[in-house]
Amino acid sequence: MDSKGSACSNPNPNPTFGPSKLMLAFRFLRALSIVHRTTPASSPTCRGRRIERAAYASMAYSAGTSRAWSRAVLRRLHHRARRRAVAPRRLSTTAGNRAEALRRLVPGGAGMDYCTLLEETADYTKCLSMQVELMQGIVDSASSNGR
Amino acid sequence: MSSSRITDEQINDLLTKLQAVLPEAHLRSTDRVSAAKVLQDTCNYIRSLHREVDDLSERLSELLANNDINSAQAAIIRSLLR
Repeated sequence: MDSKGSACSNPNPNPTFGPSKLMLAFRFLRALSIVHRTTPASSPTCRGRRIERAAYASMAYSAGTSRAWSRAVLRRLHHRARRRAVAPRRLSTTAGNRAEALRRLVPGGAGMDYCTLLEETADYTKCLSMQVELMQGIVDSASSNGR
Repeated sequence: MSSSRITDEQINDLLTKLQAVLPEAHLRSTDRVSAAKVLQDTCNYIRSLHREVDDLSERLSELLANNDINSAQAAIIRSLLR
């Protein structure tokens, strides 16, 4: 078989991207509760960073392990020691530099073939935008509540 | 010819699907998409989303400090029911 990697053989045939809003919200809420319970009131910066990690964690858990980007996020979160292993550079087949920029932005992007990168990016982007929408919605509701 | 060769059609299809998750996707043509444009737009969009997560995390942190957790939970449920 071709040793350069398979052509567009992604096991996920689902054309729609992103998890359900409800699942995302449930996980994020649960994570927020944990952060609230376990972070001392005296360290707001720490709490902000933990909330950010909770956001990416709930995104990744909601996406499940069928996505390469979510596996990469969970690996990164579980192994917080920064081991920058240099992956062998794969040449992009088209649009050279921009694909490289994308590989750096999408978790796990460095090791993907071009087709997988495009599909993973679409899913990752969809999940990210849903997460932002969720967080914005919480901030808006809590602000307008005015307590 | 190798049967594992990726076709331009497949690439274009994936690029179209990617473009569909970008903002204002409905304004764009779905015929041939420019790979360079889609990738550039995507990079810009992901960067802005990362910044928003960062910013919103800080704001949520302040909210948790000022309110109790219950109103944050109520806020989430309200935002889901919208």
